[in-house]
Amino acid sequence: MARIVSLAEAVAAAIHDGDSVAMEGFTHLIPFAAGHEVIRQERRDLTLIRMTPDVIYDQLIGAGCASRLIFSWGGNPGVGSLHRFRDAVENAWPGPLQLEEHSHAGMANRYAAGAAGLPFAVLRGYGGTGLESLSGLDGQPAVRPITCPFTGERLTAVAALTPDVTVIHAQQADRAGNVQLWGITGVQKEAVLGARRSVVTVEEIVEALPPRAQAVVLPSWTVDYVARVPGGAHPSYALGYSQRDNDYYVAWDAISRDRERFLRWLKTDVFGAPDPPGLAGPGTGREE
Amino acid sequence: MRRMGHRPAGNAPQAGDVSADEMMTACAARALRNGMTCFVGIGLPSAAANLARATHAPDLVLIYESGTIGAKPGWLPLSIGDGVLADTADAVVSVPEIFNYWLQPGRIDVGFLGAAQLDRFGNINTTVIGSTYADPDVRLPGAGGAPEIAAFCREVIIIVRQSRRSFVEHVDFVTSVGYGTGPGDRERLGLTGAGPRKVITDLGVLEPDPVTRQLTLTGVYPGVSPEEAKAGTGWDLLISGSLAVLDPPSPAELSALRALQAMTPGSEGAH
Repeated sequence: MARIVSLAEAVAAAIHDGDSVAMEGFTHLIPFAAGHEVIRQERRDLTLIRMTPDVIYDQLIGAGCASRLIFSWGGNPGVGSLHRFRDAVENAWPGPLQLEEHSHAGMANRYAAGAAGLPFAVLRGYGGTGLESLSGLDGQPAVRPITCPFTGERLTAVAALTPDVTVIHAQQADRAGNVQLWGITGVQKEAVLGARRSVVTVEEIVEALPPRAQAVVLPSWTVDYVARVPGGAHPSYALGYSQRDNDYYVAWDAISRDRERFLRWLKTDVFGAPDPPGLAGPGTGREE
Repeated sequence: MRRMGHRPAGNAPQAGDVSADEMMTACAARALRNGMTCFVGIGLPSAAANLARATHAPDLVLIYESGTIGAKPGWLPLSIGDGVLADTADAVVSVPEIFNYWLQPGRIDVGFLGAAQLDRFGNINTTVIGSTYADPDVRLPGAGGAPEIAAFCREVIIIVRQSRRSFVEHVDFVTSVGYGTGPGDRERLGLTGAGPRKVITDLGVLEPDPVTRQLTLTGVYPGVSPEEAKAGTGWDLLISGSLAVLDPPSPAELSALRALQAMTPGSEGAH
C-alpha cells in the first residue's frame, strides 16, 4: 500500500546512491519537483532512465547526480540542445556520463517488457541503423536480432527495463494512495509497473478519485510513496491544473549554456528554494 | 530549432518578403494531400502540416508521437506534448501504443524528418558528429521517433537546410535509414515504408532517382541556380533533366502561415 509522505521523505526512502531511476512523463507531467529534491539530497552515481531526458535530466546531470543515462532523445523540445547533457558527453563535466541510447519505440517496448515481467520485447525496427550495433552500458547490449519462431522473419529484441525506482507526477491521489492521471499519459504506467519501487507526486489529494474515462489509474498497492506537490511538474504541466511554461524552456537555454550561470541557478533555485521547488525557476527571475 | 517568421499577421505579403523557412514550409505543405495521415514533429514539419490543414487539406490527420491522434491545434505548439494537442485530438493513446499499434504496422501515410547530416541515399544522422561515437565532436539529441518513422511511414519527407556540413558524402552515424546502400536495401532490411519521397531544403527539392535511389535535384526556388545547390552538397549532386522552378508561397499561404504563428501564445517572446 502506498504511504502518503512528504516529498523529502519519499526521495530519502526510495532513491539511493547507485540506483537506476526512471523519471517519466512524455512532455506532460514531468516530475521536476522530485528531480530537484534528488539534487538537494545529493544522490550520486545514478543510472538515469528516460525517453526524453528533457530539462529535468539536464539539471540532474549538471548537478552531478548521474554517471549513466539510458534514453532515446536528448534535446530541449522546440528550443535546441541540452547543454549540461552535451557538456557531460563532450567534456565529461561535471563527470563522465556513460550512454545507452535507443529509439523511442525501443524504449517504449523495453518499459512494456518490464511491466509484463518479460526479459525482452520484440519489435520491427533498428534494422540498418547504427543503434543496433551500439555496445550498451558495461558492454551489455540491450538490442539483439531475433528470428520469429513462426514465420522466420528477422525482428529486433530489446531488453526489458526494470528500474530500481520510477518517479512520476500525476494529477490526483486519494487518501488511500490510489493514483489517477490523464491527458498525455506517455509510458508512466509501464515505468511504474516495471520498477521495484515507485514514487508519485500529485497535484492534489482527494477524498475519492472521480471516475474519469481514459484515465490511467494506478491502485495504491502498485505504488510505494505518494507526496502532494502542487505544481510539481513545472515547467512541464498537469492537464487540468497548469499550462506548460514554454518561456522556462526557452530561458533554460541561456542558463544551461554556461557552467557558472548553471551553478548559480542550482544554488538559488534548487538548494535555496526547497518549498515548493517546482515553482521556482528561470521564469521567476530569481536566478539573477 | 529555428524561430520562424516574426512578422505580425495581416501584413500584405510582398514578393521578396518571404523567408527561407516560409518557402520550405509552403513547399512541405503542398506535398501533403487532403485526408492523409501525417506523423508530425515540432518545428517546420508542424508548421507545414498545420498550414496544409488551414489551406488545401482541411481533413489532414495530424499524429504526434506523444500519442495524440487527429490533433487540431489552432496554433503552432512548442512541444509534441503541448496541452492543445491532447485537448483537440480524436484519441490520445500511450506512447507504447502510438509506436506499436499505429506507426509500426504502416498505418500512417507520411512522416516528416529533419537531419543534421544527410547522404545521397537519404540516410539521416541526428546522433553524433565526429569520427567516433564514444568521443563525439558534437553530441546531437539522438533518435527519438525518427528510425521507426523512416522505416514504417508509407513515405517520408525530409526537411533540412542544404550545406556542405549537412549534405555529406558519408553520415557519421546512421540514425534513420533512407535507401541504405542503394536499390533493394530497404527491402533487405525489412523496412516496409517506401522511404524518402522528397527532401525539401532552403534551395529547392530533391527526389530519389527511381532506379538508383540517389537523391536528385528536381526543383529550385526562384533565383536559385543548380550551381548553388551543387556548391551546397558534399557529393556530386545529380540534376534532373527537367529541373522545375518552384512556385513561391501564394499570398493565401503566407497569410495562413503568419496567422498560425501570430495565434501562438507568447509568439513574440517564446517561440
